[in-house]
Amino acid sequence: MKDISLHVLDIVQNSISAGASFIDIGVFEDTGENSFRVRIGDNGRGMSSEVIQKVTDPYYTSRTTRRVGLGIPLLKQNADQCEGCLIIESEQGKGTLIEAVFVHDHIDRPSLGDIAGVFVLLISANPEIRFRYAHIRDGKQYSIDTEEIKDAVGDIADIDQDIIRYLKQMIRENLEQTGVL
Amino acid sequence: MTKIKSLADLKNKKAELQSKIALREKSDKPEGRVLVKVAMATCGIASGSKEVMEYFMEELDKRNIDAIVRQTGCMGYCYAEPTIEVTVPGKEAVVFGYVDNKKADEIIEKYIRNHELVDGIIPVNYQTIENDKEE
Repeated sequence: MKDISLHVLDIVQNSISAGASFIDIGVFEDTGENSFRVRIGDNGRGMSSEVIQKVTDPYYTSRTTRRVGLGIPLLKQNADQCEGCLIIESEQGKGTLIEAVFVHDHIDRPSLGDIAGVFVLLISANPEIRFRYAHIRDGKQYSIDTEEIKDAVGDIADIDQDIIRYLKQMIRENLEQTGVL
Repeated sequence: MTKIKSLADLKNKKAELQSKIALREKSDKPEGRVLVKVAMATCGIASGSKEVMEYFMEELDKRNIDAIVRQTGCMGYCYAEPTIEVTVPGKEAVVFGYVDNKKADEIIEKYIRNHELVDGIIPVNYQTIENDKEE
Protein backbone atom coordinates (compact mmCIF):
# COMPACT_ATOMS: atom_id res chain seq x y z
CA MET A 1 0.00 0.00 0.00
CA LYS A 2 1.28 3.44 -0.91
CA ASP A 3 0.01 5.20 2.19
CA ILE A 4 -1.94 4.74 5.40
CA SER A 5 -5.26 5.95 3.98
CA LEU A 6 -5.20 3.00 1.55
CA HIS A 7 -4.62 0.62 4.46
CA VAL A 8 -7.69 2.17 6.10
CA LEU A 9 -9.73 1.66 2.92
CA ASP A 10 -8.57 -1.96 2.85
CA ILE A 11 -9.15 -2.82 6.52
CA VAL A 12 -12.61 -1.19 6.41
CA GLN A 13 -13.59 -3.74 3.74
CA ASN A 14 -13.19 -6.41 6.43
CA SER A 15 -15.63 -4.49 8.64
CA ILE A 16 -18.09 -4.22 5.75
CA SER A 17 -17.85 -7.99 5.08
CA ALA A 18 -18.44 -8.55 8.80
CA GLY A 19 -21.80 -6.86 8.41
CA ALA A 20 -20.97 -3.71 10.39
CA SER A 21 -23.48 -0.85 10.44
CA PHE A 22 -21.12 1.57 12.18
CA ILE A 23 -17.41 1.96 11.42
CA ASP A 24 -15.26 4.26 13.48
CA ILE A 25 -11.93 5.41 12.01
CA GLY A 26 -9.46 7.26 14.18
CA VAL A 27 -6.00 8.69 13.63
CA PHE A 28 -4.13 9.73 16.76
CA GLU A 29 -0.83 11.52 16.47
CA ASP A 30 1.26 12.45 19.45
CA THR A 31 4.59 14.01 18.55
CA GLY A 32 5.50 14.28 22.24
CA GLU A 33 5.50 10.52 22.73
CA ASN A 34 6.41 10.10 19.05
CA SER A 35 3.48 7.86 18.17
CA PHE A 36 1.13 7.58 15.22
CA ARG A 37 -1.89 5.35 15.76
CA VAL A 38 -4.58 4.33 13.33
CA ARG A 39 -7.64 2.70 14.82
CA ILE A 40 -10.55 1.07 13.03
CA GLY A 41 -13.48 -0.13 15.11
CA ASP A 42 -16.69 -1.73 13.95
CA ASN A 43 -19.84 -3.32 15.31
CA GLY A 44 -19.67 -6.28 12.93
CA ARG A 45 -19.94 -9.92 13.87
CA GLY A 46 -16.46 -10.09 15.41
CA MET A 47 -14.02 -12.98 15.49
CA SER A 48 -13.31 -15.86 17.82
CA SER A 49 -9.93 -15.95 19.57
CA GLU A 50 -8.78 -18.76 17.22
CA VAL A 51 -9.50 -16.57 14.22
CA ILE A 52 -7.69 -13.57 15.76
CA GLN A 53 -4.58 -15.77 16.06
CA LYS A 54 -4.82 -16.61 12.38
CA VAL A 55 -5.66 -13.28 10.70
CA THR A 56 -2.08 -12.00 10.66
CA ASP A 57 -1.07 -15.12 8.73
CA PRO A 58 -1.13 -14.28 5.00
CA TYR A 59 -2.32 -17.81 4.20
CA TYR A 60 -5.49 -17.31 6.19
CA THR A 61 -8.54 -15.78 4.56
CA SER A 62 -12.26 -15.91 5.13
CA ARG A 63 -12.97 -15.66 1.44
CA THR A 64 -13.34 -18.40 -1.11
CA THR A 65 -12.25 -16.66 -4.33
CA ARG A 66 -8.57 -17.02 -3.48
CA ARG A 67 -6.36 -18.67 -0.90
CA VAL A 68 -4.41 -15.73 0.50
CA GLY A 69 -5.49 -12.73 2.56
CA LEU A 70 -3.01 -9.90 2.71
CA GLY A 71 -4.92 -6.93 4.14
CA ILE A 72 -4.04 -7.35 7.81
CA PRO A 73 -0.58 -8.94 7.21
CA LEU A 74 0.46 -5.96 5.04
CA LEU A 75 -0.63 -3.47 7.70
CA LYS A 76 1.17 -5.49 10.38
CA GLN A 77 4.31 -5.63 8.27
CA ASN A 78 4.23 -1.87 7.79
CA ALA A 79 3.68 -1.22 11.50
CA ASP A 80 6.42 -3.69 12.50
CA GLN A 81 8.83 -2.05 10.06
CA CYS A 82 8.21 1.25 11.84
CA GLU A 83 9.01 -0.27 15.25
CA GLY A 84 5.32 -0.30 16.03
CA CYS A 85 2.81 -3.08 16.37
CA LEU A 86 -0.66 -4.26 15.43
CA ILE A 87 -3.31 -4.77 18.08
CA ILE A 88 -6.50 -6.71 17.40
CA GLU A 89 -9.36 -6.94 19.86
CA SER A 90 -12.56 -8.68 18.94
CA GLU A 91 -15.58 -10.20 20.53
CA GLN A 92 -18.05 -12.38 18.67
CA GLY A 93 -21.35 -10.62 18.15
CA LYS A 94 -19.95 -7.29 19.36
CA GLY A 95 -17.36 -6.12 16.87
CA THR A 96 -13.67 -5.73 16.17
CA LEU A 97 -11.06 -3.10 16.93
CA ILE A 98 -7.82 -2.97 15.00
CA GLU A 99 -5.06 -0.57 15.93
CA ALA A 100 -1.80 -0.08 14.08
CA VAL A 101 0.90 1.77 15.98
CA PHE A 102 3.82 3.45 14.23
CA VAL A 103 6.79 5.44 15.50
CA HIS A 104 5.81 8.93 14.32
CA ASP A 105 9.12 10.08 12.89
CA HIS A 106 10.24 6.64 11.68
CA ILE A 107 11.79 6.96 8.25
CA ASP A 108 9.70 4.05 6.93
CA ARG A 109 6.36 5.34 8.20
CA PRO A 110 4.08 5.90 5.20
CA SER A 111 2.33 9.25 4.96
CA LEU A 112 -1.36 9.42 5.84
CA GLY A 113 -2.33 10.06 2.22
CA ASP A 114 -5.70 11.18 0.89
CA ILE A 115 -7.81 10.31 3.94
CA ALA A 116 -10.56 12.78 2.93
CA GLY A 117 -10.85 11.02 -0.44
CA VAL A 118 -11.00 7.61 1.26
CA PHE A 119 -13.66 8.76 3.74
CA VAL A 120 -15.87 10.29 1.05
CA LEU A 121 -15.43 7.23 -1.18
CA LEU A 122 -16.46 4.95 1.69
CA ILE A 123 -19.59 6.90 2.60
CA SER A 124 -20.74 7.30 -1.00
CA ALA A 125 -20.11 3.65 -1.89
CA ASN A 126 -21.76 2.34 1.30
CA PRO A 127 -24.69 4.69 1.97
CA GLU A 128 -26.29 2.27 4.42
CA ILE A 129 -23.29 2.23 6.77
CA ARG A 130 -22.53 4.97 9.30
CA PHE A 131 -18.90 6.11 9.26
CA ARG A 132 -17.09 8.38 11.66
CA TYR A 133 -13.62 9.82 11.23
CA ALA A 134 -11.73 11.44 14.05
CA HIS A 135 -8.23 12.87 13.84
CA ILE A 136 -6.37 14.10 16.88
CA ARG A 137 -2.89 15.57 16.72
CA ASP A 138 -1.26 16.96 19.85
CA GLY A 139 -4.57 18.07 21.36
CA LYS A 140 -5.99 19.57 18.14
CA GLN A 141 -8.86 17.62 16.76
CA TYR A 142 -11.26 17.20 13.87
CA SER A 143 -14.08 14.76 13.36
CA ILE A 144 -16.81 14.08 10.87
CA ASP A 145 -19.72 11.68 11.04
CA THR A 146 -22.15 10.36 8.41
CA GLU A 147 -24.99 11.48 10.70
CA GLU A 148 -23.86 15.14 10.53
CA ILE A 149 -23.60 14.94 6.75
CA LYS A 150 -27.08 13.41 6.57
CA ASP A 151 -28.47 16.26 8.68
CA ALA A 152 -27.00 18.79 6.27
CA VAL A 153 -27.68 17.24 2.87
CA GLY A 154 -30.15 14.41 3.37
CA ASP A 155 -29.87 10.73 2.55
CA ILE A 156 -26.40 9.69 1.42
CA ALA A 157 -27.83 7.34 -1.22
CA ASP A 158 -29.32 10.22 -3.26
CA ILE A 159 -26.40 12.55 -2.79
CA ASP A 160 -25.26 14.28 -5.95
CA GLN A 161 -21.75 13.98 -7.35
CA ASP A 162 -21.24 17.75 -7.06
CA ILE A 163 -22.00 17.57 -3.35
CA ILE A 164 -19.54 14.69 -3.01
CA ARG A 165 -16.88 16.86 -4.60
CA TYR A 166 -17.62 19.79 -2.27
CA LEU A 167 -17.68 17.48 0.73
CA LYS A 168 -14.24 16.11 -0.12
CA GLN A 169 -12.89 19.63 -0.53
CA MET A 170 -14.50 20.67 2.77
CA ILE A 171 -12.95 17.80 4.75
CA ARG A 172 -9.53 18.47 3.22
CA GLU A 173 -9.70 22.14 4.17
CA ASN A 174 -11.07 21.49 7.64
CA LEU A 175 -8.26 19.03 8.31
CA GLU A 176 -5.71 21.68 7.38
CA GLN A 177 -7.46 24.48 9.23
CA THR A 178 -7.75 22.63 12.50
CA GLY A 179 -4.05 21.88 12.22
CA VAL A 180 -4.28 18.11 12.44
CA LEU A 181 -2.63 17.55 9.05
CA MET B 1 -16.05 28.48 -7.03
CA THR B 2 -17.24 29.41 -3.57
CA LYS B 3 -15.36 27.68 -0.81
CA ILE B 4 -17.26 25.22 1.31
CA LYS B 5 -15.94 25.50 4.84
CA SER B 6 -18.61 23.85 6.93
CA LEU B 7 -21.60 21.55 6.70
CA ALA B 8 -23.86 24.64 6.80
CA ASP B 9 -22.15 25.91 3.62
CA LEU B 10 -22.67 22.48 2.11
CA LYS B 11 -26.37 22.62 2.91
CA ASN B 12 -26.67 26.00 1.17
CA LYS B 13 -24.76 24.69 -1.81
CA LYS B 14 -27.17 21.79 -2.04
CA ALA B 15 -30.16 24.11 -2.14
CA GLU B 16 -28.40 26.12 -4.84
CA LEU B 17 -27.76 23.01 -6.91
CA GLN B 18 -31.24 21.59 -6.41
CA SER B 19 -32.70 23.10 -9.59
CA LYS B 20 -29.84 21.74 -11.66
CA ILE B 21 -30.21 18.28 -10.14
CA ALA B 22 -33.93 18.17 -10.92
CA LEU B 23 -33.16 18.75 -14.59
CA ARG B 24 -31.08 15.61 -14.83
CA GLU B 25 -34.12 13.37 -14.36
CA LYS B 26 -32.42 10.51 -12.63
CA SER B 27 -34.64 7.51 -13.06
CA ASP B 28 -36.02 6.04 -9.87
CA LYS B 29 -35.81 2.49 -11.09
CA PRO B 30 -32.38 1.07 -10.23
CA GLU B 31 -32.74 -1.62 -12.93
CA GLY B 32 -32.73 1.10 -15.56
CA ARG B 33 -29.33 2.36 -14.49
CA VAL B 34 -25.87 1.22 -15.44
CA LEU B 35 -24.13 -0.52 -12.53
CA VAL B 36 -20.38 -0.31 -12.17
CA LYS B 37 -18.80 -2.40 -9.42
CA VAL B 38 -15.16 -1.76 -8.61
CA ALA B 39 -13.22 -4.57 -6.92
CA MET B 40 -11.87 -3.09 -3.69
CA ALA B 41 -10.00 -5.79 -1.86
CA THR B 42 -6.33 -5.62 -0.89
CA CYS B 43 -5.26 -6.59 -4.41
CA GLY B 44 -7.44 -3.93 -6.05
CA ILE B 45 -6.54 -1.14 -3.65
CA ALA B 46 -2.82 -1.88 -4.01
CA SER B 47 -3.21 -1.60 -7.80
CA GLY B 48 -4.99 1.75 -7.74
CA SER B 49 -8.71 0.90 -7.70
CA LYS B 50 -9.43 3.97 -5.52
CA GLU B 51 -8.38 6.32 -8.33
CA VAL B 52 -10.36 4.26 -10.87
CA MET B 53 -13.48 4.35 -8.71
CA GLU B 54 -13.21 8.12 -8.19
CA TYR B 55 -12.73 8.52 -11.94
CA PHE B 56 -15.89 6.51 -12.71
CA MET B 57 -17.95 8.44 -10.17
CA GLU B 58 -16.84 11.81 -11.56
CA GLU B 59 -16.86 11.00 -15.25
CA LEU B 60 -20.19 9.15 -15.41
CA ASP B 61 -21.75 12.15 -13.70
CA LYS B 62 -19.99 14.69 -15.94
CA ARG B 63 -21.05 12.79 -19.06
CA ASN B 64 -24.64 12.58 -17.85
CA ILE B 65 -24.80 8.79 -17.76
CA ASP B 66 -27.31 7.48 -15.23
CA ALA B 67 -25.17 5.04 -13.29
CA ILE B 68 -24.48 3.66 -9.85
CA VAL B 69 -20.88 3.08 -8.81
CA ARG B 70 -20.37 0.64 -5.96
CA GLN B 71 -17.48 -1.23 -4.46
CA THR B 72 -17.23 -4.98 -4.23
CA GLY B 73 -14.77 -7.51 -2.90
CA CYS B 74 -12.14 -9.49 -4.73
CA MET B 75 -13.52 -11.29 -7.77
CA GLY B 76 -10.58 -13.70 -7.86
CA TYR B 77 -8.75 -11.98 -10.72
CA CYS B 78 -5.99 -10.49 -8.56
CA TYR B 79 -3.49 -10.69 -11.44
CA ALA B 80 -5.63 -8.32 -13.50
CA GLU B 81 -6.43 -5.64 -10.93
CA PRO B 82 -7.92 -3.13 -10.93
CA THR B 83 -10.97 -5.04 -12.16
CA ILE B 84 -14.49 -3.76 -12.60
CA GLU B 85 -17.85 -5.33 -13.39
CA VAL B 86 -20.20 -3.37 -15.62
CA THR B 87 -23.89 -4.19 -15.94
CA VAL B 88 -25.69 -2.34 -18.71
CA PRO B 89 -29.49 -2.67 -18.29
CA GLY B 90 -30.82 -5.71 -20.14
CA LYS B 91 -27.37 -7.21 -20.66
CA GLU B 92 -25.18 -9.69 -18.85
CA ALA B 93 -22.57 -8.31 -16.47
CA VAL B 94 -19.12 -8.00 -18.02
CA VAL B 95 -15.84 -8.00 -16.08
CA PHE B 96 -12.92 -5.89 -17.31
CA GLY B 97 -9.34 -6.26 -16.10
CA TYR B 98 -6.33 -3.91 -15.94
CA VAL B 99 -8.59 -0.85 -15.75
CA ASP B 100 -6.74 2.45 -15.42
CA ASN B 101 -8.25 5.87 -16.09
CA LYS B 102 -7.52 5.59 -19.83
CA LYS B 103 -9.21 2.20 -20.03
CA ALA B 104 -12.08 3.54 -17.93
CA ASP B 105 -12.62 6.33 -20.45
CA GLU B 106 -12.71 3.76 -23.27
CA ILE B 107 -15.20 1.58 -21.35
CA ILE B 108 -17.51 4.55 -20.71
CA GLU B 109 -17.41 5.84 -24.29
CA LYS B 110 -17.45 2.54 -26.18
CA TYR B 111 -19.08 -0.07 -23.98
CA ILE B 112 -21.47 1.87 -21.74
CA ARG B 113 -22.50 4.51 -24.29
CA ASN B 114 -22.42 2.58 -27.56
CA HIS B 115 -22.46 -1.08 -26.42
CA GLU B 116 -19.33 -1.83 -28.43
CA LEU B 117 -17.08 -4.48 -26.95
CA VAL B 118 -13.62 -3.35 -25.91
CA ASP B 119 -10.40 -5.23 -25.13
CA GLY B 120 -9.70 -6.45 -21.63
CA ILE B 121 -12.83 -8.47 -20.91
CA ILE B 122 -12.28 -11.38 -18.54
CA PRO B 123 -14.44 -14.27 -19.79
CA VAL B 124 -16.84 -15.74 -17.24
CA ASN B 125 -15.66 -19.29 -17.86
CA TYR B 126 -12.16 -18.38 -16.71
CA GLN B 127 -10.82 -20.87 -14.16
CA THR B 128 -10.63 -19.66 -10.59
CA ILE B 129 -9.31 -21.52 -7.56
CA GLU B 130 -12.91 -22.35 -6.62
CA ASN B 131 -13.98 -24.15 -9.79
CA ASP B 132 -10.56 -25.81 -9.98
CA LYS B 133 -11.36 -27.47 -6.69
CA GLU B 134 -14.78 -28.61 -7.79
CA GLU B 135 -13.43 -30.63 -10.70
